[in-house]
Amino acid sequence: MWSFLLAFIPRAIVQGIPLLYGCTGEIITEKSGNLNLGIPGVMYVGAISGVIGSFVYENGTSRMNPFLAIAIPMFCCLLGSLLMGLLYCFLTVTLRANQNVTGLAMTTFGVGFGNFFGGSLIKLVDSDVPSIALSATSSYFSKSLPFAEKLGWFGKLFLSYGFLAYLGVAIALAASYFLNRTRKGLHLRAVGENPNTADAAGINVSRYKYAATCVGCMIAGLGGLYYVMDYACGVWSNNAFGDRGWLSIALVIFTIWRPNVSVLASFLFGGLYILYLYIPTGMEHMEYQELYKMIPYVVTLVVLVVTSMRSKRENQPPASLGLPYFREER
Amino acid sequence: MSNAMKKEKKREPRFHIVKRESLVWYKAMSIRVIAILLALVVCGIITTITTGINPLNVYESMVAGAFGSTRKTWITFQNTSILLLISLALTPAFKMKFWNIGGEGQVLIGGLASAVCMIYLEGKVPNAVMILCMIIASIGAGMIWGLIPALFKAKWNTNETLSTLMMNYIATQLVAFFVILEEVPKGSGKIGIINQNSNSGWLPQLFGSKYLLAIVVAVIITLFMAIYLRYSKHGYEINVVGESENTARYVGIKVEKVIIRTMMLSGAICGLAGLLLVGGINHTITTTIAGGEGFTAVLVSWMSKFNPFTMIISSLLIVFMERGAGEISTNFGLNHSYSDILTGIILFFIIGCEFFISYQLQYCKKTEKSGKEEA
Repeated sequence: MWSFLLAFIPRAIVQGIPLLYGCTGEIITEKSGNLNLGIPGVMYVGAISGVIGSFVYENGTSRMNPFLAIAIPMFCCLLGSLLMGLLYCFLTVTLRANQNVTGLAMTTFGVGFGNFFGGSLIKLVDSDVPSIALSATSSYFSKSLPFAEKLGWFGKLFLSYGFLAYLGVAIALAASYFLNRTRKGLHLRAVGENPNTADAAGINVSRYKYAATCVGCMIAGLGGLYYVMDYACGVWSNNAFGDRGWLSIALVIFTIWRPNVSVLASFLFGGLYILYLYIPTGMEHMEYQELYKMIPYVVTLVVLVVTSMRSKRENQPPASLGLPYFREER
Repeated sequence: MSNAMKKEKKREPRFHIVKRESLVWYKAMSIRVIAILLALVVCGIITTITTGINPLNVYESMVAGAFGSTRKTWITFQNTSILLLISLALTPAFKMKFWNIGGEGQVLIGGLASAVCMIYLEGKVPNAVMILCMIIASIGAGMIWGLIPALFKAKWNTNETLSTLMMNYIATQLVAFFVILEEVPKGSGKIGIINQNSNSGWLPQLFGSKYLLAIVVAVIITLFMAIYLRYSKHGYEINVVGESENTARYVGIKVEKVIIRTMMLSGAICGLAGLLLVGGINHTITTTIAGGEGFTAVLVSWMSKFNPFTMIISSLLIVFMERGAGEISTNFGLNHSYSDILTGIILFFIIGCEFFISYQLQYCKKTEKSGKEEA
């Protein structure tokens, strides 16, 4: 049992980190009253931007500088997801478009963008490899502490991850502190609950919405980068990222808009995501594996229903979530 | 950016935004047309950059991709009618502000139901009975898939966007399960053409054309939906619930009942689309048979302002873009996701242009007063 857990938990955590990034980003976004359904697209764009950056760098230099090898993909990823965030804000905040529709369009666009560049980038170099493999860059990203292996189970459970995993946890905790303990966080929550009141109190609603959504998108984009660079060992394959973006949006409700809860929740979901690999099916009945893959979605659905059944006041979404704000509207 | 904002704060804003009362329909239409044209120009420029072909050739090959031959034209219309059907299915739900993004799953489960009928009833019942079973099964399956989130929503106000989304994945896994269960040959991971020799359960061809059935069904459902939404009591109730649930309760409409009934209708039509896809068009089932159209349909329905007749044009536009971009990507060896990018760009323009229909910018004249205040 112990050895099983020792093998299972690190894999669950690795699966959970992209969800954690997406979830934290979406919580910050939703706290400003923007329901960004474009997060799956943003994560694709973040991932592919990072891939493009490191691809250009890896093919451009002969000797790689470890600092640049990490900084360039990070910068490209943040830039790509920031642009997506700005696009979403421009459409929903400045032009007051419907948030659901804008988000879905962003997802269509973002997933297409990722798959298009992921598929065509390889044609730029005249090589025979079927997909982009950025193993050099990936090795920098997935480097864990050198003494982790010597520490036995402790090292394996807590220290065996690349730095982005720790960054994700740190960002989630920082976001929790920011939202609940700082004045700016209070203002942000006010914007999400009731933009009219916030506006009357002298808070610049548009600026807060822009800032929260863009920062949220950048955090979510890092989740995509983590997936490609660390989890997938730098190999981009189309549609491999799958539906993790949608799951992280569902996680937001599961965690009741609390970034600190999202750390454990996303590890739990990471575990559910790979649980099917550990349920014995036998060779003749591989089809049941497809049914077990349903588990995370069924659990999400059950959680959604249960949280809505016990509708406490403190567990409600931000009151103006999904609604555009127009000062002159009554 | 923050610098520019600070500067603007000191100065009097150059314009401010006013909500329009209403816009004459031809003006609203021309704004949309301009937006679509602008989007096409942007798409052309991007295609020229990525492929290096003459922009005029871009449009030429797009038209060729959608309407280049009789067969291509038929397929374009057939795809349009499937997209139209799904959009129509989602519309009554959207009208009552129920964000059903589970069209994908409802189509899949409808398709799965008819595939199950086709496989298990082959040779046991006459063809007509089998087709009847398929119709009932797929519409019923879609209905159930719409009913489940609706029940949660009506009873506990569960977030419908996410619950319908999760239902999509559950449907996908069910299909994946079934595909492996019935794969032909074993180990191939796909079902292949069902009943290739007996053709039993294949929906009949209308007037000798295999493309016509979907189109005819779409036309019938369009008319039905237009009448249902505008002239029936149900349609009126949907409208009231969408505008204000409290008003609906006040006038004695049972909101829960309306939600459940409307979602069942929504799911049923999606199931019908699944039936057409499996029984009429593809004669097989895969997890990607709905091809993301459940999501595209949300956008089609919304950008047509929930008007069934406008949806015909919108879905034709989207399918035209998809097939046109597909042609470009085949001709120039680009990745097939290229059409998603172009569709995305068009959607952004259409979403953006709605602003200019419902709001207007008024330029402020520089007043004496503000000048004095600054001094």
